[in-house]
Amino acid sequence: MSTARPLRILVAKPGLDGHDRGAKIIARALRDAGFEVIYTGLHQTPEMIVAAALQEDADAVGLSIMSGAHMTLFPAIVDLLKEKGAGEVTVFGGGIIPQDDVPRLKQLGVAEVFLPGSSTQTIVEWIRENVRPGVAAA
Amino acid sequence: MPTQPAHETTRPTPRGETPAAPGPSSTPTFARDEVARVLAERESWTAKELAEALARLPRRKAAFETDSGIPIPDVVDPALLGGFDHVRDVGFPGRYPFTRGPQPTMYRGRLWTMRQFAGFGSPEDTNGRFKYLLKHGMHGLSTAFDMPALMGYDPDHPMSRGEVGKEGVSVATLRDFEVLFDGIPLGDVTTSMTINATASIALAMYVAVGEKQGVPRAKLGGTIQNDMLKEYIAQKEWVVGPRPAVRIVCDMIDWCARELPRFNPVSVSGYHIREAGATAVQELAFTLADGIEYVQQCVERGLDVDAFAQRLSFFWDVHNDFFEEVAKFRAARRIWARTMKERFGAKRTESLLLRTHAQTAGVSLTAQQPYNNVVRTALQAFAAVLGGTQSLHTNSLDETYALPTEEAVTIALRTQQIIAFESGADRVVDPLAGSYYVEWLTAEMEKRALEHLRRIDEMGGMTRAVEEGYPQREIAESAWRYQRAIEQGERLVVGVNTLRSDGDAPIPILKIDETVARAQVDRVRAVRAERSAEQVKERLAGVERACREGTNVMPPILEAVKAYASLGEISDVFRKVWGAYREDGRF
Repeated sequence: MSTARPLRILVAKPGLDGHDRGAKIIARALRDAGFEVIYTGLHQTPEMIVAAALQEDADAVGLSIMSGAHMTLFPAIVDLLKEKGAGEVTVFGGGIIPQDDVPRLKQLGVAEVFLPGSSTQTIVEWIRENVRPGVAAA
Repeated sequence: MPTQPAHETTRPTPRGETPAAPGPSSTPTFARDEVARVLAERESWTAKELAEALARLPRRKAAFETDSGIPIPDVVDPALLGGFDHVRDVGFPGRYPFTRGPQPTMYRGRLWTMRQFAGFGSPEDTNGRFKYLLKHGMHGLSTAFDMPALMGYDPDHPMSRGEVGKEGVSVATLRDFEVLFDGIPLGDVTTSMTINATASIALAMYVAVGEKQGVPRAKLGGTIQNDMLKEYIAQKEWVVGPRPAVRIVCDMIDWCARELPRFNPVSVSGYHIREAGATAVQELAFTLADGIEYVQQCVERGLDVDAFAQRLSFFWDVHNDFFEEVAKFRAARRIWARTMKERFGAKRTESLLLRTHAQTAGVSLTAQQPYNNVVRTALQAFAAVLGGTQSLHTNSLDETYALPTEEAVTIALRTQQIIAFESGADRVVDPLAGSYYVEWLTAEMEKRALEHLRRIDEMGGMTRAVEEGYPQREIAESAWRYQRAIEQGERLVVGVNTLRSDGDAPIPILKIDETVARAQVDRVRAVRAERSAEQVKERLAGVERACREGTNVMPPILEAVKAYASLGEISDVFRKVWGAYREDGRF
């Protein structure tokens, strides 16, 4: 039986969107909830985010985006994770995302999308229930 | 080299201090014996009527505070106003300290400008939205640019993937600006441009379009946001780091003072600082600190404060706490006027005026029950008018989802028009002056803002404070507290943590056509193919020289844009000279 290690969550800001109020609050809330949190900072390409996820052994990646570029950037990150053999990393996100786009994002592999008004508590609980620690490298 | 008349020598300008508010007046409006009488009355009221009422029905909360956390007394009366002096502290509109407004007649002379922020998709799309809004009674243009343009990337740059035309209009070369303003007479319409890291390039393109239309530079009117300090604090749009960015801002202040007398070269902004999580007090303090820093930097390079100060403009958020927002506008004018006069020695009245645009608070809008947003926006807009704004943007009900549809933005515009034509607020100047609560709150906010300003002075000014992360930390802390308060139910948001509904009927949402990106990529490539590569190379070298030598960047940037150098190419020159800026992953 392994000791349950804390989940490692990468909070990322893909693309050129600089609105980081939400991402920083989520990062802090997740840390307060006992997760290990890495925040990428702004202006990350999908390549940078996936590289960070691999380097940090992230169990999940939370993407925050307000700029309307979610339909391009979220799937790009999901696909790149798969390509790099990290397909079990859970991808979730939030921001300014029309309800209509959520089903398509889920189809493309985004596990959950948290829309404006979501509480940090909801997100923490969802992570606890839905994110499994990745298989640790030997 | 700093521009200064040959006969003036550069005096070293020590950093001054933000002057404190004057203490209790020796000629108070409420005479001492009257204040004593009120105080005695208040004490007996507290012991009698208030105590009896509280015994029957306790207060709903242990404490009542403004949204900024200023405790609100059970009642505000003249005794609380201390040495309040109406003539000294409030005075008359258009007269120092301008608490009541920058102009003597305010809206009785001219209504605030209804100026709706607009921009999406291609320059053709935005040109269409501009014309729609002007047709429906909007007074002046306000341009939103897309993230690639704001961050210094052309549409075909890898960083622009998925972002072209999404948050604003896509522009890359002068060709896009020509389309954007096609059929719009720049001599007759004033234009605001919300752009910062690449403001120099956008302004140059605007001036070039004006030239093509045959409009003399002296006739071009408008505002360019160009407030880089708040970018590092809040909006997070940048190409290079704070010091070169502020240098470019000052180049533009200097150049506009000489070339574009009707153009505001900076809109010192509180909006983004507030939206990022600041309280109204922090918004007030950090914004004024940014303005003070620009004035300080310009004065240090040898500019005469009275040569440029009159064209510095401001931009406030207008949030939910109605009275606090009105007080904020009034306190801002008073602090600015005093600072310009006592710290910078400005002599001309125009140099002392804080003229402002305002926007209702985007962050206060909800995705749930979106029609409630019409009400929020209306109340906030009303606060801005009672606060004495010169220009106003009202948000649309659908902006928690997307950029506004035509229908939604029409309601937003009508909101302003109903306030202007039906509410009576257009007929009276500074109507809340003299309200004990509003005067007390104005003074409280002034006092608290001055504490922050003093701290920033001690740090060596706002550029230093930003480098040290002071305003950023304050804002992150306030944002965290605000979210906690919502999640714990201490701060109620209708439709979100109270009075929820099961599901809302879907509302129409604006979608940006993905073909815009393709069209903009094709256009910039076509322009690059058609122009003289040799000329562009020369002109970009001219920009680089100015950057390195410290001469004003605007003239070579103007030459570069006229040769159809692109926004990305000019930004690359900045990156080459100063390095691309990166922020760390602190949270």
